[in-house]
Amino acid sequence: MHELSLAYSLIELAEDQLRALPQPVPRVERVGVRLGAFSGVAEEALQFCFDAASRGTLLEGAVLEVEQLPLRAFCPICQTEQTLPSIQSLRCPVCFSLTTVLTGGRELQLSYLEVYDEPVAEPVSEPVAE
Amino acid sequence: MSQLQSQSQSQLQNEPTASAGFKTRILEVREGILKKNDVLAHELRAHFAREHVFVVNLVSSPGSGKTELLKETLRTIRKTHVVAALVGDLATDNDAQRLAESGVPARQIVTGTVCHLEAEMVQKALDAWSETVSLADLDMLFIENVGNLVCPASYDIGENLRVVVLSVTEGEDKPLKYPTMFNTADVAVITKIDLANVVGFDRETAVNNMRALRPNIRIVEVSAKTGEGMAEWIRLLLNESQSVCGSKTTHLKEWQHLGEDGRLLCQSIHHAATRTIAQVQSDKPSPTLLCKDILEQEAER
Repeated sequence: MHELSLAYSLIELAEDQLRALPQPVPRVERVGVRLGAFSGVAEEALQFCFDAASRGTLLEGAVLEVEQLPLRAFCPICQTEQTLPSIQSLRCPVCFSLTTVLTGGRELQLSYLEVYDEPVAEPVSEPVAE
Repeated sequence: MSQLQSQSQSQLQNEPTASAGFKTRILEVREGILKKNDVLAHELRAHFAREHVFVVNLVSSPGSGKTELLKETLRTIRKTHVVAALVGDLATDNDAQRLAESGVPARQIVTGTVCHLEAEMVQKALDAWSETVSLADLDMLFIENVGNLVCPASYDIGENLRVVVLSVTEGEDKPLKYPTMFNTADVAVITKIDLANVVGFDRETAVNNMRALRPNIRIVEVSAKTGEGMAEWIRLLLNESQSVCGSKTTHLKEWQHLGEDGRLLCQSIHHAATRTIAQVQSDKPSPTLLCKDILEQEAER
């Protein structure tokens, strides 16, 4: 439901990054986003909103690539980091104890931008020595 | 190469793609999408801390009884503390009007189409309100978020305490449906507890579901209508406020026997004291200290 707000924030952040580049880029090919299982964001909704919100911006036409990240937590009993199978419970899948230390799953991150550089000069064909 | 072709190609391979005359490169960014909001929320929190204001963010689904709970809470806390409330809604200022019935300054934030409050909205509302309500005078600020258990979870608004409100009529599995929200809450208030038996509320399951998502969440059960559990809830708020903001709040108690007059008197002393300090020193000490000094001098006389 707040994916439109997020899409605008994402585009604003990406445009700030692009404007900080020494040379302007003609186009952005891909936008990489990392979404944790606890980010509270629906990927489909974000895709839809991104396409709409990116029109007329430096990101128009770019492909949004979403990397989904699982919930990870440090289990104090097992003394290791575990991937949690469910977002309904912060229980260690090995010893079933509850943990309060989340180590991953809250990500809501602009990971990378794949941008086009200036046109590469066509290699000038050297006149073949006769 | 057409755009379509170039897109499908780039989806197939996770390497930079190249098309006629152009080559691409990857810029690593790794920044939070909500960085701007987070930075602003951080600044707000620092500002609240400097002014010794304890800030509570109330979140819940629509109709859980947030406004009624807050109204009764304000009615009680205003007797000993200087409080104010901000309330967010998509439309109407009905809730601000209801909250104002408690005798506490209340201001509506109309979000239009936005389904949550953001740090910027809170800051703008406080700026616009600064003639009526000054943070320097406040002990506590309550912010009632837009009724929604999804979106407000992502937005830090600079609060000290995030309180999720769940009514017994909503069902005990609600935490499992909205795990992110319950995971980010410090306190859960179960409301309308007077209806628990009528609707067959399974208290144990509800508590277990909440603890599964936030093992150290503190849970209080209240009925704003009958007053049941309200004392425990208020005590929790005051203890938290004390531990976060120190003793700015203590001075009012000494004037409590004077009732409304004492409250106003203390507020004006506090206001004057804060201004004096601001004029005298750039490095501002706690307003409480000076207020206490004034109170002690008064007592000696």
